[in-house]
Amino acid sequence: MAYVEVKHLSVAIGDGSLIVDDVSLELEAGQVLGVVGESGSGKSTLALAMLAYARRGAQITGGQVLVGGIDMLQLTGRPLRLARNGTVAYVPQDPATALNPKLSIKRQISEVLTEPLSQRPPIVAAALASVGLPTKPEFLRRRPGALSGGQQQRVALAMAIAPGPGLLVLDEPTTGLDVTTQARVLELVAKLCRERQMAAIYISHDLAVVADVADKIAVMYGGQFVEIGTAEQVTTAPRHPYSRALIDAVPSVRRRLRLGAIPGRAAGLMPQRQGCVFYERCTLAQERCGVDDIGVQLMPDGAQVRCVLTSEPPAAPRVIVDEADPAAGASESALLVKNLAAGYSHHRVLHDVSLTVGPGECVALVGESGSGKTTLARCLIGLHPRQAGEVLVFGDELAPLARQRTAEQRRDIQYIFQNPYASLNPRRTVGDSIAVAVKFLGGASGPAVQAEVAAALERVELPAALAQRYPAELSGGQRQRAAIARALVCHPKVLLCDEVTSALDVSVQASVIELLRGLLEEGLSMLFVTHNLAVVRSIAHRATVLEKGRIVESAPVERLFAAPEHPYTQELLANTLELAAAAGQ
Amino acid sequence: MSRDDVKPAPAQAATAAAAGGAAAEATPATPSRWARSDLARVLRSGQVRAGLIMTIIMVIFAIVGPFLAPRNPNDASGGPGPYNPPTDGFPLGTDNIGNDVLSRLLAGGIHLAWMAPASAFTAVLLGAVVGVVAAYYGGVVDMLLMRLMDVLLAFPLVVFIILFVSMVGPKPWLLVVLVVIGMVPGVARVLRGAALPLKEREYVLWATAAGIPARRIMLREYLPNIWSPLMVELGMRLMWSIGALASISYLGYGIQAPDFDWGTMIEESRNGLQTQPWAVLVPVLVIVLFTIGSNIMAEGAARVVARTEKDR
Repeated sequence: MAYVEVKHLSVAIGDGSLIVDDVSLELEAGQVLGVVGESGSGKSTLALAMLAYARRGAQITGGQVLVGGIDMLQLTGRPLRLARNGTVAYVPQDPATALNPKLSIKRQISEVLTEPLSQRPPIVAAALASVGLPTKPEFLRRRPGALSGGQQQRVALAMAIAPGPGLLVLDEPTTGLDVTTQARVLELVAKLCRERQMAAIYISHDLAVVADVADKIAVMYGGQFVEIGTAEQVTTAPRHPYSRALIDAVPSVRRRLRLGAIPGRAAGLMPQRQGCVFYERCTLAQERCGVDDIGVQLMPDGAQVRCVLTSEPPAAPRVIVDEADPAAGASESALLVKNLAAGYSHHRVLHDVSLTVGPGECVALVGESGSGKTTLARCLIGLHPRQAGEVLVFGDELAPLARQRTAEQRRDIQYIFQNPYASLNPRRTVGDSIAVAVKFLGGASGPAVQAEVAAALERVELPAALAQRYPAELSGGQRQRAAIARALVCHPKVLLCDEVTSALDVSVQASVIELLRGLLEEGLSMLFVTHNLAVVRSIAHRATVLEKGRIVESAPVERLFAAPEHPYTQELLANTLELAAAAGQ
Repeated sequence: MSRDDVKPAPAQAATAAAAGGAAAEATPATPSRWARSDLARVLRSGQVRAGLIMTIIMVIFAIVGPFLAPRNPNDASGGPGPYNPPTDGFPLGTDNIGNDVLSRLLAGGIHLAWMAPASAFTAVLLGAVVGVVAAYYGGVVDMLLMRLMDVLLAFPLVVFIILFVSMVGPKPWLLVVLVVIGMVPGVARVLRGAALPLKEREYVLWATAAGIPARRIMLREYLPNIWSPLMVELGMRLMWSIGALASISYLGYGIQAPDFDWGTMIEESRNGLQTQPWAVLVPVLVIVLFTIGSNIMAEGAARVVARTEKDR
C-alpha cells in the first residue's frame, strides 16, 4: 500500500454542488505529486481537505485520506489537531500573511512543536538549516517583516517540516515570488522531500512549475482529476484534451509560440452534473460526452484519464516564424525615452533610462519586482513625476505630468494596468467606464459614444451585452479585455501594458496575449512591461532588461534569448522554468 | 460568447459560480441597475427595513402630532392641576404646571423631527466634502483640513453650545449649526479614511492619467465608492443628533418656554418623577424609540455594506 492514499474524496457546498468530485490518488514516501488547474478548479479545496479541513460553507462529504494508514477524516479533537502539521503539514500561498508579524522566527517555528520547551531549540535549528536559513540567534529573533519574500516562504516551509510530517501540502507557494527565488524554493522542496522521505502534494496553476518539481502530475478541472500520470507523460504526451489545451497555452522562452486559449468559461458548480465536466469547452467532444458519466480509464502504464478518447489529442501547431521587426529602418520612434530619472523623495528608482519603441513594434521591458518597471510606466503616462529626462511620442515631447499634457497627448499614450480587478470602477457598468474614455479622450459625443463603445467591445471580442454589466460580474480575463477596450477607444498611438497577464491564469493569459498580438498586427506600438520571459518571447520584437532602475541589456528577442550578454539577463533566463513540450515542439 | 475566460479566485468562484455565475450565463437578462445598486441592497435587508419603518413612524408621529393634540398643550386652565396622575380626559396625566402630557407629547416632537435630519444631512454632506477633498489632494490640503477638524473636535461641545446660545440666543438654526459643527469632524475622518485607499486604485489612476478634472474624479470615481460608509454615517449621525438635540433642550439651552419639546418636557417635570412618572417617562420613551429606530437602520446598513464589500 502506498504511503498516502486518497480514495473517492468529495467536498461539497450547501446545495450539494461538488467542489472536489471523487478524487483518488496514491503517493509513495519521497514522491511529489503536482496538481495543476485553472482558478476555481478546486485545487485549494483539495489541499485543505488533505488536512481534513473545509472552508466555511463547504463540507467533506465522503472518501478517505489515508496517511501512513491513518484516516485523517476519522480524526477529531486533539488527535486531529496533532495530525495537522504532525502528519500532514500545509504551506500556504502567501507567506506574508501566513506568518504572524509580531512573533519572532523562533517563536513562530517552536509554536508548532509538541515537544517540551527545552527540547525545541535543536529541532527549530535543524528545520531552519534544512531550508537553508541561518540558525544564528540574531536571525531567530527577527520578525517576518525583516525578511524577504523568499526567506518568509522558507520560514513557512521550516514551520511545516519541523514536526516531521509524512505529507507536505503546498498551495501555490511560489506564486508571489520572483523567478530566481521561485527556482530556489522549488529546488529546496524537491531536496526536502528526498532527504526526509516526505510525500508532497504541490498545487499550482503553472504547469511549468509543477513539471519542474513533481514526479507525478494530476490535472484538475471542475473538481475532478481529469488526468493523472507521470510528469513526463502528462507534459509531453497528455491524454486528456484539457491537459493538451493547458500545455498549448504555455509560452516558451525558446521560440515564438502562438498561445492557445481554451474556449468558453471554466466549469461552474452545479448540484447535478451530467456527462464530462470539460464537455462544453472540449474541441474533441462527442455526442455521448454530454450525456454519459465518464469513467476513469486505467492505462497500461498506470496513468488514469477521464476521457472517452482512446488516442492522444493532437497538439495545435503553434510555432510562429520570427517575423522581421516592423520598426526596422523606421526613421521615427513611436515612443522615445531619453535619460529618464525618477524616484521618491529619498531614493532614486530609475537612473538614466533610455529606450525606444518603433512604429508597430512591441518592446518588452523585463525586470523583477522592485526593478522600477512600474515606476517607469507611470512616468510615461504622467502619473509619477520625473526628475530628469525626456519622453517623446512620434517626436512630440510630453510634459512630465498628465495634467500638463494636452488632451491629444493624453490620448496618444494609453495604459493598461496590472490588476484587472481594480482597473474599472466597480460602481459603474463596463459600458459607462468605456463611455467616459470616449467622451473625455475619444472626442465623440451623443449617439456616437455608444457606437464607439460597441465597436471597442467587439474589437476585444467581448459580447456587446457586457456593456450593461458591472465589473464584479465579469471574469478576470473579461475585465482585462474591457480595460483594453477602454484604452482602444482613445485611438492611442502607443499602448503601455503593465504586467497585464500576471494576475491571470495561463489559459486566460493566452487569450489576452493573442488579442494583443492582433492589435500589433494592426499597427499599434506597444511597450510590454513584464517579469515573465516566456511571454516576452511569444509576443515582443525587442526586449529591454531593467535591473535596479538601470537598463542592462537591450536586444532583439531572438538574440537576447539565444545569447544573453549581461549576467543578470543570463540568470533570469536560467531560472525561467520551461515546459519541455512547449520548448521541444 | 465566442471566447471567454475563467472566473477568478477559487474561493469566490466556488460560491459565485454556484450562486450567480452559472445562472447569469444561462439567462442573459440581468436584474435592473436599480436592483443591483447599493441602496437597493441596503433596503432589501430586513433589519434596515425594520429600523426605517420605526424611524418613519416616529417622524410621522412628530409631524402629525400637533394636529392631533386633544388640548392646548400650553394651557393648564381647566385641568386637574400639576403632577396629576392619569385621569379621565388626561390619559397621561399632567406635568409640573398642569398641562396635558399627551398633548405636549404629540406637539413636542416637531422641532426634533426637522432639526435632527437637517443636522445629520448637513453634517454628512460637509464631512463628505472635507473628507474626500482631503483624501484626493493629500499633502498640505489634507493636513490643513484635518487639523481644522481636530481643532473643532477639541472644543467641548457642551461648553461651545452654552457659549453661543448665551451670545446669540436659543435660535433653532443655531442649534442645528452647533450640532453640525460637533459632528462634521467625525464624519470627515471616517470618509477620508474610506477615500484614501481609492487614490491608488487603478481606475482612479486611469482617470488622472486621462486628464479628467479633479471635481469629476471626486464626484464620479470617489463618491460612488464611499457611498456605503456614507449611508452608514447618515444613520449614525441621525441617531446622534436626536440625542444631542434632546440633551440640549434638557439642559435648558435649546427650545425656550413657552415653546417646548421632548427634551424640555423631561427637564420640566423631573421633580415630580415620584408622583407623576408619566410626564417624564413618556418623552424619554419616544426619544428612545426614535434613536433606536435610526440605530437599527444604521447598523443594518453597516452589515449589508460589509457583506457587499466582501463580494467585490
